Amino acid sequence: MTAKPTAGRVAVRHGRIVDPQAGTITPGDVLMEDGRIAVIGHLSPGTIARCEIVADAKGALIAPGIVDVGAMAIDLAAFTAGGITRAGLMPDQSPPLDEPALVQRAAAAGKPKVWIHPIAAATRGLNGRELAEIGLMKAAGACAVATGRGWIADSRLMHQLLAYAAALDLTVIAHAEDGGLAAGAVATAGETATRLGLPAAPAIAEAMAVARDLMLLEETGARLHFRQLSTRTAFDLVRQAKRRGLKVTCGATPAHLLLSDQAIGPFRTFARLSPPLRSEDDRRAALEAVADGTIDILCSGHDPRGPEAKRLPYADASPGAAGAVTLLPLALGLVRDEIIGLPRLFELISSRPAALLGLPGGKVAVGEEADLILVDPDAPWRIDSDGMPGIAGNTPFDGLPVQGRVLKTIKGGQPLG
Amino acid sequence: MNASPPMPEAIEPGSGVHAFPHRHLTGIEGLQPHEIVYLLDEAEKWIAFNRATTKHDPLLAGLTQINAFFENSTRTLLSFEIAGKRLGMDVVNMAVAQSSVKKGETLLDTTATLNAMRPDVIVIRHDASGAVQLIADKVDCPVLNAGDGRHEHPTQALLDALTIRRRKGRIENLVVAICGDVLHSRVARSNILALTALAAEVRVVAPPTLMPAAVERMGVTPFSDMDAGLDGADVVMMLRVQNERMEGGFVPSTREYHALYGLTRERLSRAAPDALVMHPGPMNRGIEITSDVADDPRVSAITEQVETGVAVRMACLDVLTRGRRGVPGW
Repeated sequence: MTAKPTAGRVAVRHGRIVDPQAGTITPGDVLMEDGRIAVIGHLSPGTIARCEIVADAKGALIAPGIVDVGAMAIDLAAFTAGGITRAGLMPDQSPPLDEPALVQRAAAAGKPKVWIHPIAAATRGLNGRELAEIGLMKAAGACAVATGRGWIADSRLMHQLLAYAAALDLTVIAHAEDGGLAAGAVATAGETATRLGLPAAPAIAEAMAVARDLMLLEETGARLHFRQLSTRTAFDLVRQAKRRGLKVTCGATPAHLLLSDQAIGPFRTFARLSPPLRSEDDRRAALEAVADGTIDILCSGHDPRGPEAKRLPYADASPGAAGAVTLLPLALGLVRDEIIGLPRLFELISSRPAALLGLPGGKVAVGEEADLILVDPDAPWRIDSDGMPGIAGNTPFDGLPVQGRVLKTIKGGQPLG
Repeated sequence: MNASPPMPEAIEPGSGVHAFPHRHLTGIEGLQPHEIVYLLDEAEKWIAFNRATTKHDPLLAGLTQINAFFENSTRTLLSFEIAGKRLGMDVVNMAVAQSSVKKGETLLDTTATLNAMRPDVIVIRHDASGAVQLIADKVDCPVLNAGDGRHEHPTQALLDALTIRRRKGRIENLVVAICGDVLHSRVARSNILALTALAAEVRVVAPPTLMPAAVERMGVTPFSDMDAGLDGADVVMMLRVQNERMEGGFVPSTREYHALYGLTRERLSRAAPDALVMHPGPMNRGIEITSDVADDPRVSAITEQVETGVAVRMACLDVLTRGRRGVPGW
């Protein structure tokens, strides 16, 4: 009697299964059926025989697909190469995601390979002055609401936004940079900006924004996520707020963990980021905040920019870096440096982001969506700006040797590529 | 990077291309003290030459110099034009008002166009910090920075250093106070780099709102009290204050600025008795400096700075084009 393969049944064998929830790495196999995880453990030859596709992981990690909070562009090639199976899309699109139809359209943009989860614009046209139709956008599929690249200067409006979003049970994702202090600035005030003659703002511009928003949060009882924090004082404020029981979380990008403003060097526009790169002390503070759990989420901040936006004098260039492809290998560096463990890494890039946005994914458990990636955590390669998959390769890490590659992305039980 | 071409065996260190192994002059940053001194020595030769009746040396004849000024300038442009012409170059000025930059062409497209005309040296001024470096990386000829944003203005620093050296006989251990809008000043940055490299003791004097963060990391001592900053100074270098900085944003008013930071005869008496007063021009008389100080030839080196400027620019044009001209050892 020969077993017949069943359509939609996929097995991955001989892997090391990373479970961020349990904090474990266990050798074993995973069976997927109808887009969900059916069995975790040791698959019998009979089960294997009835699978449509059988992949041998050869000891690679079987981990939950990366859930990225706050990508700036729909960049499927980069997401797939980077192991991102779900991306929370920032409302800073053209036009901005400030009405239900636009949200709906964005939500359909990546299926079936990568699921795009639009984040609604908090204000019309991201103008920072009038609330957008947040409730209708939620009904249309928005997973959160964000202030966008900018800060909402009007404290009364921010208060209203938090109160309104709390009632809708939507997380507010905020950009933390006091607009008055940071106006016109392209760098952090300090020796580097002074030597280069770049307009700069003091680093406390971030903490000032965080402090205000935390007070408003306490008043309104909303859920607030700072998309990217980068300074010691801001991390301290979030740490204290968490101790007080506020529903606050924060994210960071590998760039702010690994680079200080010295990386701007002789006007390297690929290192022009928002928030800008900070001092070495702030960089160390970011590493401490990852280690002690103050940082909840590592995100790519994926913002691909072509030469027309980057091959310009530093202050004229657009901020942002392509980060989707490099998120995992750079974050794996934190594991090698023993700042965090491997399960915790996937908590930072997968399960916490999924929970924040209220999405499935981020778990390797029976019955869960089969969004998995196979990762060789040791595979060496060199980051190459020119050869990077996706819209553009504007990375401040060009030329850096890294380790860790996504071997295969499995989305909804189906291997991609 | 300023890569040095291979050096023939016979050339002694400190001569030929080893004296100045840079392709461009984008800033004082990255120059060694002996390289700065070399440029000053070379410039010294041209000062007497410029005072003669016939001021023409066909040293650079046949070469083309483009002055690409993306930001308005009168005196610096004139100085570079005269310097190039006295050395026999064909000098062409590209002023932004007449250029396609106004039509939205990108800086690098303009650069490619200029480069395709095969100039032998390009002199650039631009209002964005780093713009000159960006251009220098993309062209085949030497690039001379005539001022980029708030970043650097290297020939100004060289002419200031040469002026000080001629008046004082040295730069080492002199106390130099750079006073005014240090935050927005490329002249201040280049001068800080040049004068600290040449072992002067440099102070910067500015209102706290116009003082760059962490400026002490550049090896200078910051002062917000001008009287204290001038105390015993051998050289008082005033900076031009832009009118747009005056009203409200950085300084409450012109008259308050003058009261607190203007160089008057009385305030100058705090400095050393033989203190030298300098200003890169154009001056705002009655604001950062009073006329009686500016016009007193015993203390003021302001017109001398302009004269030195032409000589310094001639030296830079000469040195940077030696490789192309096949000068032995370069």
